[in-house]
Amino acid sequence: MNLTLFIWRQKGPDEKGRLEQYEAKNISAEMSFLEMLDVVNEGLIKNGKEPVAFDHDCREGICGMCSQVINGVPHGPKEKTTVCQLHMRNFKDGDSIYIEPFRARAFPVIKDLIVDRSALDRVIQSGGYISVHTGGVPDANAILLPKENAGTAMDASECIGCGACVAACPNGSAMLFTAAKVTHLAMLPQGKIEAARRVCVMTDAMMNEGFGNCSNHYECQAVCPKGIKVQFIAKLNREFMKAVIHRKGGF
Amino acid sequence: MILNGKCPAGPLAEKWDRRRNEMKLVSPANKRKYKIIVAGTGLAGASAAATLGELGYNVEAFCYQDSPRRGHSIAAQGGINAAKNYPNDGDSIFRLFYDTIKGGDFRGREANIYRLAVLSNNIIDQCVAQGVPFARDYAGYLENRSFGGVQVSRTFYARGQTGQQLLLGAYGALSRQIKEGTVRLHPRTEMLDLVIIDGEAKGITVRDLVTGKIECYAADAVCLCTGGYANVFHLSTNAMGSNVTAAYRAYKKGAFFANPCFTQIHPTCIPVSGEQQSKLTLMSESLRNDGRVWTPKNKRDRRVPNDIPEAERDYFLERKYPAYGNLAPRDIASRAAKDICDEGRGAGSSGYGVYLDFADAIKRLGENKLRERYGNLFDMYEKITGENAYRQPMRIYPAPHYAMGGLWVDYNLQSNVPGLFVLGEANFSDHGANRLGASALMQGLADGYFIIPYTISDYLAQTAFGKVNEGHPEFRKSREDLETLTKKLLSINGRKTVSEFHRELGRIMWDNVGMERNEESLKKAIALIPGLRTEFWGNVKIPGNGIELNQELEKAGRVADFLEFGELMARDALHRNESCGGHFRTEYQMPDGEARRDDENFCYVAAWEFKGVDKGPELHKEPLVFENVELAVRNYK
Repeated sequence: MNLTLFIWRQKGPDEKGRLEQYEAKNISAEMSFLEMLDVVNEGLIKNGKEPVAFDHDCREGICGMCSQVINGVPHGPKEKTTVCQLHMRNFKDGDSIYIEPFRARAFPVIKDLIVDRSALDRVIQSGGYISVHTGGVPDANAILLPKENAGTAMDASECIGCGACVAACPNGSAMLFTAAKVTHLAMLPQGKIEAARRVCVMTDAMMNEGFGNCSNHYECQAVCPKGIKVQFIAKLNREFMKAVIHRKGGF
Repeated sequence: MILNGKCPAGPLAEKWDRRRNEMKLVSPANKRKYKIIVAGTGLAGASAAATLGELGYNVEAFCYQDSPRRGHSIAAQGGINAAKNYPNDGDSIFRLFYDTIKGGDFRGREANIYRLAVLSNNIIDQCVAQGVPFARDYAGYLENRSFGGVQVSRTFYARGQTGQQLLLGAYGALSRQIKEGTVRLHPRTEMLDLVIIDGEAKGITVRDLVTGKIECYAADAVCLCTGGYANVFHLSTNAMGSNVTAAYRAYKKGAFFANPCFTQIHPTCIPVSGEQQSKLTLMSESLRNDGRVWTPKNKRDRRVPNDIPEAERDYFLERKYPAYGNLAPRDIASRAAKDICDEGRGAGSSGYGVYLDFADAIKRLGENKLRERYGNLFDMYEKITGENAYRQPMRIYPAPHYAMGGLWVDYNLQSNVPGLFVLGEANFSDHGANRLGASALMQGLADGYFIIPYTISDYLAQTAFGKVNEGHPEFRKSREDLETLTKKLLSINGRKTVSEFHRELGRIMWDNVGMERNEESLKKAIALIPGLRTEFWGNVKIPGNGIELNQELEKAGRVADFLEFGELMARDALHRNESCGGHFRTEYQMPDGEARRDDENFCYVAAWEFKGVDKGPELHKEPLVFENVELAVRNYK
């Protein structure tokens, strides 16, 4: 198939960006979206032009590196799918496709389609873990965990940290991302001990990084490639209320 | 040179304890004065950086991704082994040790593998304490499943995302240390050179992938945790960025490269679909717990699989290996699939595929149970192929996956260059000629959490801290050399793209140094690669410049290294006149087609020393001594 692409080009964080038009020719339905871009880029290089810079790595939907807004939707039109797992059979011959970077105040553009998502790492660094030392821990079966809790923890911890939730949210909120981590750890006996402190410091970190608040648009859930649910945001809010009510001194 | 693996003496079960007792310690007050570089933040790197930081060392961690959470360990699906014997099915530390050493076709080091089996239990405890949501049963206990090459259920798993969950655990531990300030993280930074001063590894030179700036970092010791090199084949299950550069450039600086020809071809990947394909996707081996592998009995049978009656199907793994059946180890299952396809009995329109069929399991267990066990894998398969594997069998074919070879290290994970430690897939040490499923995660974490924190102290305690800084002439030279290399790459301005060279190299490697090799094919590869290399340096086209984010330039450096490394692999494969594990030489096989090992002449680790790009490398040997297991013919029948 042949396609017309409109791709966001931006030389650097301080430069002005714009959409530029490219043609993608002889694209097969089996190709992934990124393979289609590879083909376009090879053409550009051969013609002495600069290829489009975009983030990608594992290309099997798990590393969370790829980050494009396709026709207005982060990761494109297919539900629960990262860009790398979006295949061209989802498009038709002659289609026009608009490709832009994830947009959010907390995600500055580095170049073309590449944005800086290190704010998400800093939210985790604020306390999104269990503070256990290496070695000297009890036997794995010493603390039992109901299957349902393990299941819910797993549902939440499936988050790949791609940031699509932020890009889709009108407020640029990272609530779904933070909620997923808070829920994952709050479901486990090992994570409960720090739960109140964790939810407070992570929420603070979120605000400090310039992420907005949740106002229930549900766009995050709609675009999440791993199907993380907004129920976890409700859980985050509950955990936060619990922590604030019981808060003694500051965190 | 005969290399010394420095394994402690004494009974197998006591070796690690002995070594721990004889190693020197660094006092807590002195630890923060020592700086350690950790390159790579996958399972081995993240766990090492976190643990070393926690101990109080001053750690600088580097990764080429934008976040350590994206290391390729995240893609591991099926599970992690441990000898817990929770299912009470006869497992033990010795059995895990034995399965691993046999699985590796007796080309691994006894003491290392035994230690790995011992530590496997600590790993599960550690990860559970970190909050890794392993599968549980209704009573709240941990669940296990089985993997290829074993007859017990010792694999712990978190749905089909075990690697992801273990890496997020290590990433959490690392994040905690970043917050504490013991670890400084450098994302989007690629290691391009190792700096050796007075014979010791004292730092690295990196490229900041955003600004293009070449910078040096001095330290008291360097840990390489930079993964494997299967992307030398171009198409592999590795992430696009996975490369050999850090390890290869350490090799060029004097570190020995061991057993490079031992690469694993994984039997259950989604077959290639087109010319422009950029990577292959693995379907977890755990699927073979419930999936049955078959092909049509008749050649060129192009009927859709559901139309082929039972009597006309060949369940070839069950037929050939009745004891292990569909859970035959990876090298064996891969070769069996290739042979069938070469005979013309392959499945699918290309003929390069076999069926992995779940119809019986669905009948036995119901679709829901299967969905619970492997749901995300079935979804992934459907996204890539557009086919529903609950309704029709999956099509799978072998693909390059894991590198058992890597930089040579002794029992302490130290390379032959003092101060250079190598962890996880980047070293050669624990998997012999073939890696059993669910043991890569085990090795990465054992190395990072439980081995390097002990062994590195022994080195550091005997070396004064802060011996050198970035002002040393060796650092200046390294930086200038790299700046020259960048300029050279950018100045060629030829007609072929980096990817075209990578594809061509991949084709040479797969055809001649792939699943089956022989003297003729290897000599052909050794003749072809230098030509392609010369063409690369005269005709590659890299747009842009060196002082910006330039992904083509990044790729070019990696492919340039693969173009040299591929030849090293072929040379290693050529000298090893035997078949073992992932290294199958067609001249050396049993009458029934199984691998014929030559223990008399090749029971050693082949460690190569760099002698110049256009000169052959020099071979050093570390004899493998087996005191506790008998070298037996690997039999899975």
